[in-house]
Amino acid sequence: MYRYDEFDHTFVRQRVEQFRDQVERRLSGALSEDEFRPLRLMNGLYLQLHAYMLRVAIPYGTLSSRQMRCLAHIARTYDKGYGHFTTRQNIQFNWPALKDVPDILLDLAEVEMHALQTSGNCIRNVTADQYAGAAADEIEDPRVWCEIIRQWSSLHPEFSFLPRKFKIAVTGAPNDRAAVAVHDIGLRIVRNEAGEVGFQVLVGGGQGRTPVIGAVIRPFLPKRYLLSYLEAILRVYNLLGRRDNIFKARIKILVQQVGAAVFADMVEDEWQQIKDGPVELPAGELERIQAYFAPPPFETLPDADSGFADAQAGDPAFTAWTRSNLAAHRQPGYAIVNLSLKPVGGIPGDATAAQMDAVADLADRYSFGEIRVSHEQNLILPHVRLQDLYPLWQALEGIGFATANIGLASDIIACPGLDYCSLANARSIPIAQEISRRFAALDRLHDIGELRIKISGCINACGHHHVGHIGILGVDKKGEEFYQLTLGGDATDTAALGDLIGPAVSVHKVVDAVETLVGVYLEHRQNGERFLDTYRRVGLQPFKETLYATH
Amino acid sequence: MSKHVITANRLVDGAVVYLTVGGGWSERIADAAVADGKEAGAVLMAKAEQAVADCLVVAPYLIDVADADGGIRAQRYRERIRSDGPSIHPEFAKT
Ligand code: SF4
Repeated sequence: MYRYDEFDHTFVRQRVEQFRDQVERRLSGALSEDEFRPLRLMNGLYLQLHAYMLRVAIPYGTLSSRQMRCLAHIARTYDKGYGHFTTRQNIQFNWPALKDVPDILLDLAEVEMHALQTSGNCIRNVTADQYAGAAADEIEDPRVWCEIIRQWSSLHPEFSFLPRKFKIAVTGAPNDRAAVAVHDIGLRIVRNEAGEVGFQVLVGGGQGRTPVIGAVIRPFLPKRYLLSYLEAILRVYNLLGRRDNIFKARIKILVQQVGAAVFADMVEDEWQQIKDGPVELPAGELERIQAYFAPPPFETLPDADSGFADAQAGDPAFTAWTRSNLAAHRQPGYAIVNLSLKPVGGIPGDATAAQMDAVADLADRYSFGEIRVSHEQNLILPHVRLQDLYPLWQALEGIGFATANIGLASDIIACPGLDYCSLANARSIPIAQEISRRFAALDRLHDIGELRIKISGCINACGHHHVGHIGILGVDKKGEEFYQLTLGGDATDTAALGDLIGPAVSVHKVVDAVETLVGVYLEHRQNGERFLDTYRRVGLQPFKETLYATH
Repeated sequence: MSKHVITANRLVDGAVVYLTVGGGWSERIADAAVADGKEAGAVLMAKAEQAVADCLVVAPYLIDVADADGGIRAQRYRERIRSDGPSIHPEFAKT
C-alpha cells in the first residue's frame, strides 16, 4: 500500500502542531468558538450531541494491520473503547476530549493517517471498491488512481473552497461495489473496443435532499488524461456552482440545471485548454505509485483446496458463512473474506478496541497484513488462502465478526442518527438492531436472499437510504420519530433511486413494515429473483396495498 | 408557565452540561436551575453567556422541561438523548 514520503510526513506533522497550537489558544480563550470552528473542522473534529467526534480518513478504505492497531489504541486510550466505521470508508470516534485531539492526531501521523479533508467544502476522502486489487472481476486496481487523485486534490489551492463538499468514487470492476453513480464524480475503469483501459466518467450523482443518479459525460477517457479532465470538471463547477444557497450548491444541481450534455461541452472546452499541460502526471509517476499497490507475494495454488471442501462438508454453519461472506479472488487458491460488523442486535459498523486488535492479528496471519473497509460498514480481509478459511472463520466467530449475512437483510447500513448526530430527526441504529433481530434465523435470512436495507436519520442520507432495496428515512413529526420507506433503490451498476411507498410509519411500526414488505416479495418472487428483481417486475402497487392494509 | 433549563457542551471535552442554581455546570439534568417563564430564562441565559466568554461551555441554549418522577425531564426526544446518553448505550447513562 501507499507509504508516506518525506514531504507527506513533514506536512502531516506540521498540521498536527498547528492544530495543537490552535487548541491551546481556544482553551485559553484567545480564539472564540466562531474562530475555532472552521479550524477544528479542517482537522475532522465535529461537535455532536454528546461530545466531540473525530472523523479519521481511511484513504480508499485500505488499512494495514499496524494502522488498525493504532485505531484500537485510540479507541482504548482516548475514547470509550470503540470506533464506528462509516459509509465513507472512514472511522469516527464519538467521545474524544478536545484537549486530547492533538495527541490523537500525532498517534495517527505515526501510522501515516490523518483527519484532514474529512469536513469542509473540499475534495473529501476518495472512496473505492473494497475488493480492489483482489477481485476476480477487476480490470485494474482503482486505488492507484485514488492515490493519484488524493495527492492531486490534497490542499489543491484552487479547490479548497468549493461551493460545497465534493466526493469522488472509483471502481475498477464492472460490478460496481463503490456506488459511483451517487457521487459528485464517479469513475469506472473500463476497456474500450480497441482493448485499451480508461475511465468512464459520471458526474452529478448524489443523495441527500435532491437525490440524483450521475450522468455519463464521457464514455471513455484515456488514463493519462485523468487529472486534467477532473481539473476541468472542478473548474467549471467552482466557477458556476451556486454559493448563495447551501441546498443548491452541489454539482448535481448545476448539472441538472444546464443539462448533462451542455455540462459535458463546458468541461470539454475547459479541458482543451489545460490538456497536456502541467497538471498531467509527470513521466514515471504512475509507475511509482503503481509500485505501492503491487500484489502481495501470492503462492501458486490450485483452484480448489481439499481441506476447505472437507470443512464445508462437515460444518453447516461454516458452509452458510462461505455462501454469504466470501467473494471470488483473482488469484487461484485465494478468497476475499468479508467480516460482518452487523451481528444480530449489534450496532452496524461499530468495532471495539479488542476486536480491532484481533482483526489486525488475523490480517497479519492470513491476509498479508491488509484490511479493507467497505461503504457497507464491514471489514474485509482481501487475500486469504482457501486452506485458511476454516481456522479464520473459527477465529472470527470468537470475536463476533462471523455473522453469515453479507448482502442479506441484516447487513444493514445505518448512519449514527439521533443517538449521536446533531442534525438527526430520528434514530437509525435501534431500527437496524431490531430488524436484524427480526431476521436473525439464518435459514430464513439466506432464503430471502440479497436484500439491501439502508437507514438514514435525516435527509442528508449518510445511510444511503435512497439506494437501498428498502430505504428507511427518519423524519420528525411533532417531536415523534417517524420513518419514510422507499423501495427499489440500487447503488450498483444498475443504479436507481428508491420510490416512496406512501405516508411515513411510526417508530413502533417500522420494523413490522419491513417484515410485511419482505412478505410481499416472498409471495411474488419467481425463480431466483432477488427482492430488487421482483420489485422491478411487479412495481410498487402490491407492496403498497399490503403495507397500508395491514398498518 | 413553561419551564426551561440551560444546556450546552463543555468546551474541554464536549460533554453535555446544564447550568446549575449555583452558577456551575453539571452533567446531570437533575442539577439544573429551572427557569419558570421567559424572563427567568433570559436571566439564566445571561449567566450562560458569561460562561461562554470564560471558555467553559460552547453554544448554550434553553430547552423545555417538564416535571417528572419528582424531578425534571427534557420535553423533546433529542434532548432526552442528550441528557441520558445514546439510547443504544444504556451503560453510558448519567445517573
Ligand atoms: S443522515 Fe442525517 S442523521 Fe444520519 S449521520 Fe447524516 S446528518 Fe446525521
